[in-house]
Amino acid sequence: MNAQTEMKERLEQIRGEAMSKIGQAQTLEALGDVRVAFLGKKGRLTDVLKGMKDVPADERPQVGQLVNELRDELEAALEDAKGALGKKLLAARLESEVIDVTLPAPKDILGHGHPNAIALEEVERIFTAMGYEVVEGPEIEYDEYNFKKLNIPENHPAKDEQDTFYISKDIVLRTQTSPVQARVMETGKMPIRMIAPGRVFRSDEVDATHSPSFHQIEGLVVDKGITFADLKGTLAEFARELFGEGTKVKFRPHHFQFTEPSAEVDVTCFKCKGAGCRFCKGEGWIEILGCGMVHPNVFAMCGVDPEVYTGFAFGIGLERIALLKYEIDDMRLLYENDVRFLRQF
Amino acid sequence: MKTAYSWLKAYVPGLDVTPEEFRDGMTLSGTKVEGVTRLDKNLEKIVVGKIMQIDRHPDADKLIVCQVDVGGALQAGGGAHGHLLQIVTGAPNVKVGDCVPVVLAGGKVAGGHDGGPLPEGGIPIKAGKLRGVESFGMMCSIEELGSDRNYYPDAPEDGIYILPNDSKPGDDAVALLGLRDCVFEFEVTSNRVDCYSVIGIAREAAATFGKEFCPPVAGGHGVGGGGGGGGAQSVGAVMPAKAASHSTGANPAQAIHDLLKVRVDDTKLCPRYVARMATNIRLAPSPEWLQRRLAACGIRPINNIVDITNYVMEEYGQPMHAFDYDQLAGREIIVRTAKDGDTFQTLDGQVRNLDATMLMICDGEKEVGIAGIMGGENSKITDSVRTMVFEAACFDGTNIRLSAKKLGMRTDASGKFEKGLDPNNALEACNRACDLIALLDAGDVVEGAIDIYPHPVGEKTIPFHPDKINRLLGTDIEAGFMLDVFRSLGLKYIPDGKTPVGETSGEETAGGKTPGGKTTGSGDFAGAAGGATVASGGASKGDPGRGNADTNADANADTNADANADANASGGHVGAALGTVCIPTFRQDLECEADLAEEVARFYGYDKIPATLPSGAATTGGLSWKLRVEQLARRIAEHAGFSQSMTYSFESEKVFDRLRLPADAREREAVTIINPLGEDFKVMRTLPLGGMLTSLSTNYNRRNKDVRLYELANIYLPGSLPLTELPDERMQLTFGMYGAGDFYTLKGVIETLLRALGIPGRPAYDAQAGKPFLHPGRQAAVWLDVGSAGRAIDAGTTPQVAGSGDGAAAAGSKGMGGAAAGHGDPAKGAAAVGRICIGYLGEVHPETLDQYKIGDRAYVAVVDMPLLTQLATFDRIYRGLARYPSVNRDISMVAPKGTPVGDIEAVIARRGGRILESCELFDIYEGGQIPAGYKSVAYSIKFRASDRTLEDKEVQGVMEKILHGLREIGIELRG
Repeated sequence: MNAQTEMKERLEQIRGEAMSKIGQAQTLEALGDVRVAFLGKKGRLTDVLKGMKDVPADERPQVGQLVNELRDELEAALEDAKGALGKKLLAARLESEVIDVTLPAPKDILGHGHPNAIALEEVERIFTAMGYEVVEGPEIEYDEYNFKKLNIPENHPAKDEQDTFYISKDIVLRTQTSPVQARVMETGKMPIRMIAPGRVFRSDEVDATHSPSFHQIEGLVVDKGITFADLKGTLAEFARELFGEGTKVKFRPHHFQFTEPSAEVDVTCFKCKGAGCRFCKGEGWIEILGCGMVHPNVFAMCGVDPEVYTGFAFGIGLERIALLKYEIDDMRLLYENDVRFLRQF
Repeated sequence: MKTAYSWLKAYVPGLDVTPEEFRDGMTLSGTKVEGVTRLDKNLEKIVVGKIMQIDRHPDADKLIVCQVDVGGALQAGGGAHGHLLQIVTGAPNVKVGDCVPVVLAGGKVAGGHDGGPLPEGGIPIKAGKLRGVESFGMMCSIEELGSDRNYYPDAPEDGIYILPNDSKPGDDAVALLGLRDCVFEFEVTSNRVDCYSVIGIAREAAATFGKEFCPPVAGGHGVGGGGGGGGAQSVGAVMPAKAASHSTGANPAQAIHDLLKVRVDDTKLCPRYVARMATNIRLAPSPEWLQRRLAACGIRPINNIVDITNYVMEEYGQPMHAFDYDQLAGREIIVRTAKDGDTFQTLDGQVRNLDATMLMICDGEKEVGIAGIMGGENSKITDSVRTMVFEAACFDGTNIRLSAKKLGMRTDASGKFEKGLDPNNALEACNRACDLIALLDAGDVVEGAIDIYPHPVGEKTIPFHPDKINRLLGTDIEAGFMLDVFRSLGLKYIPDGKTPVGETSGEETAGGKTPGGKTTGSGDFAGAAGGATVASGGASKGDPGRGNADTNADANADTNADANADANASGGHVGAALGTVCIPTFRQDLECEADLAEEVARFYGYDKIPATLPSGAATTGGLSWKLRVEQLARRIAEHAGFSQSMTYSFESEKVFDRLRLPADAREREAVTIINPLGEDFKVMRTLPLGGMLTSLSTNYNRRNKDVRLYELANIYLPGSLPLTELPDERMQLTFGMYGAGDFYTLKGVIETLLRALGIPGRPAYDAQAGKPFLHPGRQAAVWLDVGSAGRAIDAGTTPQVAGSGDGAAAAGSKGMGGAAAGHGDPAKGAAAVGRICIGYLGEVHPETLDQYKIGDRAYVAVVDMPLLTQLATFDRIYRGLARYPSVNRDISMVAPKGTPVGDIEAVIARRGGRILESCELFDIYEGGQIPAGYKSVAYSIKFRASDRTLEDKEVQGVMEKILHGLREIGIELRG
């Protein structure tokens, strides 16, 4: 038996032992120990290299090659084992970390907007996208702006109909957001495209459909060549945006002191799509707003030349929109501020 | 306004649409139909039956067995012997020969015999046996037919309704009873006074459905006294034979002027007063057709005289009053105002307190009625009336409205007068009443009318610009169509642009002529109220309700053709008026071209007008700066877990007591409502806590846990009281909470808000906020150092801007004794350099909590939004991220227990210089090795320079300065 053969047998033995140990290793530490035991400074394979001096010189290259081949093989086996073991350990860890996903989440920590405010933001979004400015006016208002400049002269029955709260003979709690129209027109800046949301007050006893304090959104467009057709198109667009594609609008002639011609606008019931249901009292239509072309008297009193400019105005009851949109059946809920109610929006 | 379809059809004979089509068409042309009630609902197979034979029921004492002739209404079988039907009934009031409504087996009735609420589906009637005897139908009471004795006064109290003896068996009993009809309820807008009448609605209906309008024509009876016009023509056409034959005591030679004097003292409050008389009054029930029409309007028939006044009021929209002539002292009527302190008993028996603004109808000695509101007990018509006076007047609408309000009595009549009636309708209506007296044979009409009408109202004219109408509507409607609309509404068109009627037409109506009498022939499309075409009332048998038939022969079609020609000729001449439109006085609502445009639009159809979007210069739109800041504030509040609340702007004065405000607190000077809904809604809030605490209380009471609310709403601060100028409306952001969280939660929310609004610097907290509604040891005013920016801050009427000088800040905080927006501070209205108070926060005082029945600690914060709006900015400038390391120093010190950590931080900030980056409190501790009265406080201080690595020596120097500064306020480093 020459040295080469002897060496081969020895290497084969080392190989067998190493492979067996690698196979048995259950932890990364055990694998490290195997590496040290065979490939380390004092490892078995290193020992073989150290014994190369006993190998005849002419056989050394071949023996050296055999040793290197084995080293490479063991290195590869160790790496494979490490990879496999890592996967196994990760799988075990993941398995041990299963949680109960049905346990409760932390409480709802966000506050909620008031349904009126959310509905208003919707309306504002629609009109600002059409180029409307959102403006405001005083809630305590001169009688002159609340009535006279809106073509409602002293002692006009329309004044009585509005159940006005008076502060003095000349100062009232505004009964409508329409006075903002007059204030904006008086600034003289043209053209005007505005909406004016805000609180209004009327002497109505509190019940499921009435409140002495509620909100309106006034709209006003003044420019050269504004037509009733523009009013129709604008409000139809608004209704579709607010209540959904396919919403139809119906304009019915009506009367308001500060517009002429005037109209009330119905939309197809968004519950039954116009077929008639309990929600719309079987009519298929729901009234949502009043509107019309700005009355020439109003223009004249607000310093706008009615021969040059025309315009349209509309008024939307915000609570009405909110009640309809969220199917709230009692207006009093809006002013109680019970968090169980508010948290639904 | 309720009206029977049949009544409308009487004046629009061509009307042939279904009730539903009518409803939709009228609604779209502007007369909204709110309800449609079919009177024959659930009345099926109901015919006239004549009772031929009555036998006793063999087994029941209270039942009878009737053989009823129902004519040809029977099909084969079903218990019929020829035309006879066997019906068993318990009704006590039938006898052989009576005609009664009979519902056949398989038919339906509307209600039960007891007159309760009508079942939706009606009550089906089947053949059956009553105590062993077969019955093949049912005889009906008026209640079973869906009505009641109010509207059928001739119906027996308990029993079968008896039809006229000459009714034909087998005929439709429902039609015979006038129930083949339906009733519309209209919503009439306040400007359309003319539509509070059947005639007005009928005119609209004719125009809507393109049918001829044939109104009744009054004045057929004894209108001679006024002389001339339609009256003169009609004299010969009175029913002379009839009137004369029933005349019992009146001297036909006597005219009204010989019998009655009328004097109007105040022609401003009573622009027109018309009186006519009838004598030999024969009270009786009204005929069936008249009763049915009143019943449809919801008016109970009483007797012919009362019914006539009601009928005319419904038909013409002109309230009428009837006086007993024999009760009028001095045979005269005087219209004058009452005297302050007078009292008067109205015919409902109530005694009313009068004042000098109220218009009264008086006789020679006393008041007999409150004009336009209600007659007096002392002159009401009784069964013994022999001669009566009809009043048809026009009163000042405003005066009637104010009087009715003061008296607290709004009657049907006042409701009409207060809208401002057409004075030119009064004589017409009065004549109509007299026509009905004759027609109903209720008395003998006295010749002539007294008509006090010193300043007749004439017609207005409006220029006709078809192109302007089209430009306003965005349409391309032909002028001819527009003129058709005007004609159908009774507006006259003058094609040449001149104004032949107008100011002068008033004179023509003087002397009792009907309005527009003279112009009827020339340009009157209306046919309404046409005095020139009066025909005989005697010819009206076919339609008694319509009175005089045969009107409207002169609708002038040529005029329209002319206008069309003109319209076409003018081509595109924008601005040229194509003549004028004369507005009859019953359309007081039509005043300008926009009004004409509406008339065109509503009959053209709002639905046919195109839908376009405004053209013209684009506008950017968007929220105002104020609203953007408020929007962000809402977002921050909601992110912090606060939900948005809304409360009323007015509240009870008691809120001030609940908030423990001293008697002289400025917040008690609030804007007060003169006519509040009640004490709880009386003052406009000057601080926003009442609503918030009420909301918290509601939630607490309902056991809601961990409640956090905020509100963005105005408070109202008067400049001076009583108010002469509008108050300062200040938007307040108010937070309120109980449950999880404390004072520092709210403090954090405020600081988050300030950061989000781009407001630099840390606010200072002054524990001496002086809020009586907050815990004295747990409250703080929030101050911001705004430096020179303070000059630009407009604090409105609030005290929140304090001067920067030594005493000024203190004065400022002291002056805040009230709310965040407390008024009355020396710095009021002034802008100053220095610091401003933007609000306050704290724990609610236990006594205030008690007042609101909140059983838990609660916290509130109020921030003045107008100040934040001025300070806020959304501009941001990037500062480079730190590139050099920081140096940290932790220090632990012992401070007197009462020293606020804010003082320590102030020293660190002041002494730390430019290299100080931050300081964080990380421990605060009392007890243990710390001596009593002291506390241990530990801070982690971070230094950094942006341009170099700091050296130890430099940091050490700053630290020594800081420690030195702390020693100065009695704070030592812990050993």
